[in-house]
Amino acid sequence: MSPADTARGVDIEFVHVTKRFPGQQRPAVSDLCLRIEAGQICCLVGPSGGGKTTTMKLVNRLVEPTEGDILIGGRSVRTLNPVELRRGIGYVIQETGLFPHMTVAENIAVVPRLLGWPKAQIRQRTLELLDLVNLAPAAAMAKRYPAQLSGGQRQRVGLARALAADPPLMLMDEPFGALDHITRSRVQDEFLRVHRAVGKTVIFVTHDIDEAIKMGDRIAVFGEGGVLAQYAAPDDLLASPAGSFVADLVGADRSLKRLALRTAGSAAKKREPADARRRLPEVAPETSLRVALSVLLASGATEIVVRGGDGPVGTITLDELRAAAEAPAEDGPSAAAEHAAAAVPEVGAEPR
Amino acid sequence: MSAPLTVLAGGPGGGPVIPQFGSSNGCVANTSALFCPDWVTSNWGSVLEPALLQHIELSLIAVGIGLVIALAAAVLAFHNGWFSRGFTGIAAIWYTIPSLAFFELFVPVTGLGTLTIEIGLVGYTLLVLFRNTLEGLRSASPDMISAATGMGMTPWQAFFRVNVQLAVPAIVAGIRVATVTTISLATIAAYISPLGLGKPILQAIQDSFNTELIAAGGLTILLALVADGLLVLAERAITPWQRLGRR
Repeated sequence: MSPADTARGVDIEFVHVTKRFPGQQRPAVSDLCLRIEAGQICCLVGPSGGGKTTTMKLVNRLVEPTEGDILIGGRSVRTLNPVELRRGIGYVIQETGLFPHMTVAENIAVVPRLLGWPKAQIRQRTLELLDLVNLAPAAAMAKRYPAQLSGGQRQRVGLARALAADPPLMLMDEPFGALDHITRSRVQDEFLRVHRAVGKTVIFVTHDIDEAIKMGDRIAVFGEGGVLAQYAAPDDLLASPAGSFVADLVGADRSLKRLALRTAGSAAKKREPADARRRLPEVAPETSLRVALSVLLASGATEIVVRGGDGPVGTITLDELRAAAEAPAEDGPSAAAEHAAAAVPEVGAEPR
Repeated sequence: MSAPLTVLAGGPGGGPVIPQFGSSNGCVANTSALFCPDWVTSNWGSVLEPALLQHIELSLIAVGIGLVIALAAAVLAFHNGWFSRGFTGIAAIWYTIPSLAFFELFVPVTGLGTLTIEIGLVGYTLLVLFRNTLEGLRSASPDMISAATGMGMTPWQAFFRVNVQLAVPAIVAGIRVATVTTISLATIAAYISPLGLGKPILQAIQDSFNTELIAAGGLTILLALVADGLLVLAERAITPWQRLGRR
């Protein structure tokens, strides 16, 4: 099975979902209506106790809703057997989720074995997945135990395990929370690359707004008491946060975060520099506008040249950078595409 | 140490003082001699080997039955807190009863035989085997069980594939303690019925015969060490994921 013929994502829809836990005054999730398009990464973000993990667990029925319903590809989860439903959903949690007494191969094989796949097929699928998540050499990695792996490698195994039975939907609960900053960033990039290859629908819980901005096609911000504060694309969220709660969450530097979502190549205008005598700073097309701004400010110039491998692409002026940070959000897939390209420059250069 | 030996070596007679000494030489006839290797070699087949084999049998049966009972009880206790407290209490009380008193207590009920011995030995293995198994079953974190459930394992699949597997090192640790304790405790069983290495040990105490005491006692210690070593090897073979360093 090559990544090209894997099961693509499904739509997920929350229909007026409320969850009250016994003995608690406030609902954990309050009248939630949310639609996640097939193949998108939806980040659930908010304070602890904001209901984001509960929301995720409603999907695979680890938590049952008090009111309302959740539809996966149009089918109510209530009509599905919970055990079979879960076997059809990839599940990734923090690093404790790998079973320490199983090898990497055995961990990946958990769901295929539950589904009764033949051994040869499981073995082949395991090697394929190790390849997909860049764990090489696959045959040697398969025999290791989780304790013999680094944090980043364990996370990749967790990802491979969730993809094992080729589910159309993946639930990820703070999957990269335990990793150091550098490893985390690398695994995030890796995940985005894998996601582009497999196109699953992903529900991704995180408390880190920067991670949500980087990973999400859509971000659902939860406030206190499980109330959905805003549901928008990252660029929209940064451009026009709904209310002070979301504005505080995205931070006072939201303009800079917006610039980080776009590449210099996408903003460059084809023209000669206004001041030909002056030596202008240069950046590569895949550099983010945020970095371009930083380079520009450091140089003291007011215009920056974007130069790719085949020569100059164009220039960006300081005024244009300011406008890009202030402009109302662009809608539609182009914003999402640029966002993905900015997140993973080395792969973003390839055609989608 | 050699001084008293030399003095007493010239003492009375050459022949056996007590028949059980078997064909003897000067060393055995000298009742104060510390250890006579000759006696061990000439009595290996008639005294020591049968006692050793009986001892192994007694201990294996005791630990085996104890393990089956403790595993079943621990699985029950894992799912039922009330049973857990009750069983721990009974096993702990049993454990505090002096072993000799316990054996004597059961003689009127089950007679002077293997059954009495095994009941006693099994009883003493229960506490450590039960506690270790239960703690092992509880060692899987809630997160891990949540992951197992979230991936589509049924509760029993999660129990057997995660809890039970993760309990193996603790169970083996319990078996090691239970085995060594049982091997040592089984020597006392000879008071009830002349079985195992306890028989030559008791005999040697009655006869004040050092060689036999040291030989049988040493064999008991050696048996315990070998059994423990074999269990360590077995544990390494069945739980290769233990003792792995991070690379």
